[in-house]
Amino acid sequence: MRYSQKCMATEENKKTSTKSGAQEGFVYLPLIAGWLVPGGGHFLLRKWGRGALLAVSILGMFVLGLAMQGKVYSNAHDILDILGLAGDLGNGLPYVISRMLGLGDVQVMVTTADYGTRFIVVAGLLNIIAAVDAHNLRTGRKS
Amino acid sequence: MGNWVFQPSHFAAVLLFALFASTVFGVTMREKPRDMIRYGIYCFVLFVASAIALSWLMYFIAR
Repeated sequence: MRYSQKCMATEENKKTSTKSGAQEGFVYLPLIAGWLVPGGGHFLLRKWGRGALLAVSILGMFVLGLAMQGKVYSNAHDILDILGLAGDLGNGLPYVISRMLGLGDVQVMVTTADYGTRFIVVAGLLNIIAAVDAHNLRTGRKS
Repeated sequence: MGNWVFQPSHFAAVLLFALFASTVFGVTMREKPRDMIRYGIYCFVLFVASAIALSWLMYFIAR
């Protein structure tokens, strides 16, 4: 007679149940937290190292973009502006804070300002990748 | 940001971009730390190498 060990209280199953216990709650919470705060989704899942690396990279890129006098898109007049705005919105709360403080609201005067604008857009796109990664960790698609 | 303006050279901007993007790619695209580091370095080298190659290509096209 064969017995399945799938639901038995083996050491392996105990470890698995403890692990999943830390990931209870709303499934999309890491995704939303990761979008609002860069690295936040990973911090929520107790992936401190990964979260810190993502936060430093994304926030660093965003801040350097602002320091280069990059433009933060506020409205969209043509297709390129729409794409830029979509990328910027990926930054979550840093985007909202920069808009509230009036940062990135300058006319492009120097060559590096164009790089800065791209840095801010790409930081937003990378943040979306990081948030989706946090969601994959939460659902168990990735370990 | 006050009056502080960061004005890196073109190559420094490429290096910074490659560093941040490859860090995120490494962390999100691989599962084990060792694989993350290897993939991150791989992406960084590809970013920088392709930027240099394209720069030379544009230099010769412009002449």
